[in-house]
Amino acid sequence: MAEEKSKSNQSNSEGLSLKSVSLWQITWRRFFKRKSALVGLAILAVLVFIALTAQWIAPYDPYKPLIGIEQVQRREKPCIHLLGCPMDKPQHLMGIDGNVRDEFSRILYGARLSLIIGFSTVSLAIIIGTVLGAIGGYFGGWLDNIIMRIMDVLLAFPSLILAIAIVSVLGPGLINALIAISIVSIPAYARVMRASVLSIREMDYVSATRALGGSNFQIIFYRILPNALTPLIVQATLGIASAILDAAALSFLGLGAQPPTPEWGSMLGSERNQVFTAPYLVFYPGFMIMLTVLSFNLLGDGLRDALDPRLAHVHG
Amino acid sequence: MVQYVIRRIFATIPVLFGILFVVFMLIRLIPGDPCHAMLGEKATKEVCDRFVHEHGLDKPLLTQFGIYINSIAHGKFGDSFRYGIPITRLLIERLPATIELSVSALFISIIIGIPLGIIASIKHNSWIDVLTMLWANIGVSMPVFWLGLMLAYLFAIVLKGTPFWLPPSGRLTVGIDSTPFYEVWGWHLPDGTWKSTLYFLSNLHILNGLLSANWELLKDAVKHLILPAAALGTIPLALIARMTRSSMLEVLGQDYIRTARSKGLPRRLVILKHAFRNSLLPIVTILGLSLGSLLGGAVLTETIFGISGVGRTLFDAITARDYGIVQAFTVVIAIFFVLINLIVDISYAYLDPRIRLD
Repeated sequence: MAEEKSKSNQSNSEGLSLKSVSLWQITWRRFFKRKSALVGLAILAVLVFIALTAQWIAPYDPYKPLIGIEQVQRREKPCIHLLGCPMDKPQHLMGIDGNVRDEFSRILYGARLSLIIGFSTVSLAIIIGTVLGAIGGYFGGWLDNIIMRIMDVLLAFPSLILAIAIVSVLGPGLINALIAISIVSIPAYARVMRASVLSIREMDYVSATRALGGSNFQIIFYRILPNALTPLIVQATLGIASAILDAAALSFLGLGAQPPTPEWGSMLGSERNQVFTAPYLVFYPGFMIMLTVLSFNLLGDGLRDALDPRLAHVHG
Repeated sequence: MVQYVIRRIFATIPVLFGILFVVFMLIRLIPGDPCHAMLGEKATKEVCDRFVHEHGLDKPLLTQFGIYINSIAHGKFGDSFRYGIPITRLLIERLPATIELSVSALFISIIIGIPLGIIASIKHNSWIDVLTMLWANIGVSMPVFWLGLMLAYLFAIVLKGTPFWLPPSGRLTVGIDSTPFYEVWGWHLPDGTWKSTLYFLSNLHILNGLLSANWELLKDAVKHLILPAAALGTIPLALIARMTRSSMLEVLGQDYIRTARSKGLPRRLVILKHAFRNSLLPIVTILGLSLGSLLGGAVLTETIFGISGVGRTLFDAITARDYGIVQAFTVVIAIFFVLINLIVDISYAYLDPRIRLD
């Protein structure tokens, strides 16, 4: 990437050189010009780092209560040595939770879960949504009609309420919450994909492939899909943000991840009645959810502007 | 225009049908039978059989669906298994709380969001713009439940004893007089639709306070509403501010704006009349869309602030497997949502004549 960047700088300085600049280079350059997108990328990088290294950087076990290990009370206030907490007391950056566990360690492990939730739900939704949208847009007719009407019905529900209803059918649990959120987000991808397919279907290179005897499968997956990727990528990045938010909400309501899983939404939910006595146990999980969602939102906006230059001046 | 409206209304019918069907099927798929959920684990088989028969749960699915559609068309939602009262009455009691909450949230987000977006767009790239956008980005990423709890902590605990103190839960202070306005006016009404309607309206505490000139009630209701409405309104506010800004920026770059300016029109007129009017379309879209998140967020906000509105009741009913309530409330929420989208579509056509001719 760094190499790419220096190359592009070079071609800039040479002014009228005939060196070609690829579309990707232009996109990258535009992306890196946006400060907010870079901030999003930076936050995400830190979160990914935390998620990958949680077992080494977490000072305590996220599941095991500290009873009999340390002299700490339930829901004890954060103890930070740098901020004047006595050195002889063990350090707990974010306090102790209701089951006498180190909140900070649980928060760190939570990053892992949140990212997995975001990526897995969106992957599932994107696969199903893309296939449905592609089929509908490409073949048209009654098939298209049926698919899109089903999508309309799904879109007719406020997403969180539909997700709650689906989880209540499947039963509470993290996996079921993931499935529910995936189902709820399918229509967005189906619509984006269908719209792209409708416009690309008429292109000359698609007719050429057909003339050469290419199958429908070949046309959809080798000709149309690569050209429809841009809006899908943007939608997916923004979709991860809302998936994480919805999953946290479900866990908060007790329908998603179950205790003792260190998931931010469920951690927040189980301590919510203690907000007046131990606000730190509510503050940190929620703050982390916000930070994660924010990073994907910033990244998604940046990608959209970078990939779709027509909008650049508006959001710039 | 009339033709367009009629066509749009007809187009929503299949969607409404689909909603009814989806909700109906989802409810039947919920594991665990309602009998044991309602009458306890110890209910005998005979008792359960009678329960199932009384509620028509032993008929074929399609027949049940038919009966269900028929009764909804007549405005009947049946009785709640759990509370043993007609669901319509439950709706009359609880819907006003949600309406009050979401309308005030939307109100807050519009009166703050739109001016913020306009200012950000005319002061493009200034610190106001940067700050607004930063705040808007954080706002869309905010978990409603977290914001709600933090606001409650801040205003009920940290600011306790100051004039800024706000109650963290409920809709009214216990013991406050909330006599319905029609009784204050001395009306004696027979039971019926008319009375139910007025009762429904009187459950909108703010409206009731205004109509019955009960300022104590009005003040108390508003005080209780501020925190939940602020929490619920944050995401729509951010979305609206963002959309207003980008839509305004696009319009401000158009030639006719330059023309309007160069012919010496006052700046305010150019911004509000020429630019803002033309940038309304995407703002209306986002308004309609954010109502969805508002209704979903109502479940969370009502949970946190202890408001027994539609969202909270729906959630409780799902956990208790009260089929009737879940069906009725989900349907009502979805119908609301569809109607709002219909209104959005129609105002679209009003704002942009090209759409009508499509």
